[in-house]
Amino acid sequence: MNRIITYIVLNIVRSNIVVVYTLLLAALSWGIFSVEDNTSKGILTLLNVILLTVPLVSLIFSTIYLYNSSEFIELLLSQPIRRSTIWWSLFWGLTLSMQLAFLLGAGIPIYVYAPPDVGLIMIAMGLCITAVFVSIAFLSAILTRDKAKGIGIAIMAWLFFALMFDGLVLFLLFQFADYPIEKIMVGITALNPIDLARVLILLHIDVSAMMGYTGAIFKDFFGTTLGMIIALGILLLWVAVPYTVSLMKFNKKDL
Amino acid sequence: MIEITNLSKNFGKMPALRSVNLTFSKGECVALIGPNGCGKTTLIKSILSMVIPSEGKIAVFGESITNNFAYRRHIGYMPQIGRYPDNMTIRQVIDMVKDIRASTTKNRDIATDESLIEDFHLAGMEDKRMRTLSGGTTQKVSATLAFLFKPEIIILDEPTAGLDPLSSEVLKDKILTEKQNGKLTLITSHLLSELDDLVTSIVFMQDGAVRFHKSVDDLKNFTGEEKISKAIATILKNQSHE
Amino acid sequence: MVVHAGHYKEGNIIIARSITFIGLGRPVIDGQRKSEVISIKAPYVTMRGFKVIRSGYATLNDPCGIKVYDSHDVTIIDNIVDDTFFGIYLQYCRKCVVKNNRITAYGIEEQQIGNGIHCWKSDSLQIIGNTISGHRDGIYFEFVTNSVIWRNVSTANIRYGLHFMFSNSDAYISNVFKNNGAGVAVMFTHKVKMFGNTFIENWGDAAYGLMLKEISDSYIIGNRFSRNTSGIYMEGTSRILVEKNIFGSNGWGMKIQANCMDNTIAGNNFISNTFDVATNGSLVLNTFNGNYWDKYEGYDLDKNGTGDVPYHPLSIFSVIVEKNPPAMLLFRSFMVSLLDKSEKMMPSLTPDNFIDTLPRMHALPL
Repeated sequence: MNRIITYIVLNIVRSNIVVVYTLLLAALSWGIFSVEDNTSKGILTLLNVILLTVPLVSLIFSTIYLYNSSEFIELLLSQPIRRSTIWWSLFWGLTLSMQLAFLLGAGIPIYVYAPPDVGLIMIAMGLCITAVFVSIAFLSAILTRDKAKGIGIAIMAWLFFALMFDGLVLFLLFQFADYPIEKIMVGITALNPIDLARVLILLHIDVSAMMGYTGAIFKDFFGTTLGMIIALGILLLWVAVPYTVSLMKFNKKDL
Repeated sequence: MIEITNLSKNFGKMPALRSVNLTFSKGECVALIGPNGCGKTTLIKSILSMVIPSEGKIAVFGESITNNFAYRRHIGYMPQIGRYPDNMTIRQVIDMVKDIRASTTKNRDIATDESLIEDFHLAGMEDKRMRTLSGGTTQKVSATLAFLFKPEIIILDEPTAGLDPLSSEVLKDKILTEKQNGKLTLITSHLLSELDDLVTSIVFMQDGAVRFHKSVDDLKNFTGEEKISKAIATILKNQSHE
Repeated sequence: MVVHAGHYKEGNIIIARSITFIGLGRPVIDGQRKSEVISIKAPYVTMRGFKVIRSGYATLNDPCGIKVYDSHDVTIIDNIVDDTFFGIYLQYCRKCVVKNNRITAYGIEEQQIGNGIHCWKSDSLQIIGNTISGHRDGIYFEFVTNSVIWRNVSTANIRYGLHFMFSNSDAYISNVFKNNGAGVAVMFTHKVKMFGNTFIENWGDAAYGLMLKEISDSYIIGNRFSRNTSGIYMEGTSRILVEKNIFGSNGWGMKIQANCMDNTIAGNNFISNTFDVATNGSLVLNTFNGNYWDKYEGYDLDKNGTGDVPYHPLSIFSVIVEKNPPAMLLFRSFMVSLLDKSEKMMPSLTPDNFIDTLPRMHALPL
């Protein structure tokens, strides 16, 4: 790990928002698991935390952090350091800090309470989703100089992926109910990292339902090792593509 | 040491620099002056690659700076408004910059110059966090960082704005010393009086273009004025008559 | 008649007299994949202690490990039947006992393998304590009456763990049906008693823990349905009592088609199922009462152990998925949770009389 990442992580970890985020996740997770005598219900609540709270906080916090560190970026830029190194370090600094917050806040209770396979996939997806939305934050922060606009873009992105996308899919499902669209639907799901993560977790929580009824779709795709690798690959693309686009823009950006 | 050829920069449709040609060399202390929005800061930022030029090129020590980052090891930069990670103390910021700089080279021991810490009386407040500092103190930190690695080229953007008169003197002394050491110094300022005893040449910019680039001696001889500000005023008057 | 240990390749052995046929030291009778191995054609025969292997493989005349023809009072006990087309086959039999046999086959495709214990047109049979795996159907009953199936373990069969048709007035008790291709099917029968059986891990597109088709006047009591795609699937059933069962971690606890009527589902535990209940219509002719539903979010102000507001076991999403299976992709998304919550408050798509009026606050001790 390079020095810049270390400093960014140290800086972020000390900031109040990340501490609050960690405590919030911890309070939610421990709270849910200790109140519910039924672990599977606790897991479902945490699933929503992973699919809603984690993307939102990762996205908004990272966007704001990027805007607020423009001077820090300038300071680094006056040093003999590549622009790409700076951007890369910011990305990993933010990602690792948010992932650390997630691991400490939610990862530990999940590890303690959830069955091992479910816990593992939930933690893995939480980490992936964090990286994906930090990456999307980089894109929204570089698209405009205006901080308010940038945060607006980030919130819209979150609304889109967390809510509107599913509404759209549901609409399509009903419109084309008479056609064999299962495979296309799987493809469309992959277009939304939150949905992809949700389906991968569902395969472990609702194993009986997922392996059955719509078996052809799930078992034959996500249920196989190849499917799992493809799904993870798509999640990685969701990290890589927005980041790369933002890097290309950052390389040409005037500060 | 710095060669700027045909440099143009547009922000959108707005031209900020119009084919600027300048050469600066060792031992010079250049004042970049001009009204607000004339392109001084854009020029400086272009030299630092913080602004990517639309056209033209810049060479530092003969090296083109396009897609180059290593050349910045020669440059110390003091921004107009320096802002630093809020939670870090002055010491931590300085150590961080040193640490990051060290990680960019194989040679881990870089000669540093922390004399400004003493001169600015920063030593007593090294444990203060950046967000608690006044603007002036932040400027002192910025200045310290600019001179920290004994750079060959020192770029100062409005260095004395926000500094108290005493600290301004400290900074001027420092610039003078470095000038005598053969360093190149670029200063932007709109307070001409401050630069009188410092600068060796003056670049006057207006609307993104260089109106003139003259050595102070030429300027004084040409206009017959003793004060730089008066000399400039005279020359501008003459030019507008032409 | 006692047979000592050894490897016998005798072709088809026909037992035409009432004998007690005992193997000592587990003699192996090898059909060499040519024919039926043992044919019992006399009454009062007891066969015990053999290992019957490698019957012929043909689909036309259904070669068996052990087949009993038109007989009565035959007892087949403590045998191992391995790698046969059909395992043990009883036709036109009465008062026979098949007990503690281990029947294993290695079928891959449904058409190329027979059933483990196949009973046809018989009466008063006792199928007890057998272990069956790898056949097409583990146990097959067709036109068998007044019989009991007790403490058998039927696993990993290609089609059904138990296949049961036109067999009235039978009981099956304390059996385990696990990981069979399509679970257990009970069809076109009345007066069946299903007590204390375990149905687990029957996964697949058309797999059910227990599939009931055209069943009436029957009892399903004290069974456990765990980790099946569907715990119970009911079609055209009437007057069935489903009581004191545990439905746990199934995809669907129960699927009740709209053509079922007068069934009573009472005092069961529904825990950790993805969906507790699903149906395909809006007609509700069955009664739900006094079950425990872990998804129940009501309250119990008078502390009588029964929730004060009725529970709607049917979630709108189960209705949606029923019509549009790929919608399962959206399960547990925020959208769908919103939809479910609003539907629970104001039912519009789900029948509003599909309710358990006396939902329990705590799981029944089953």
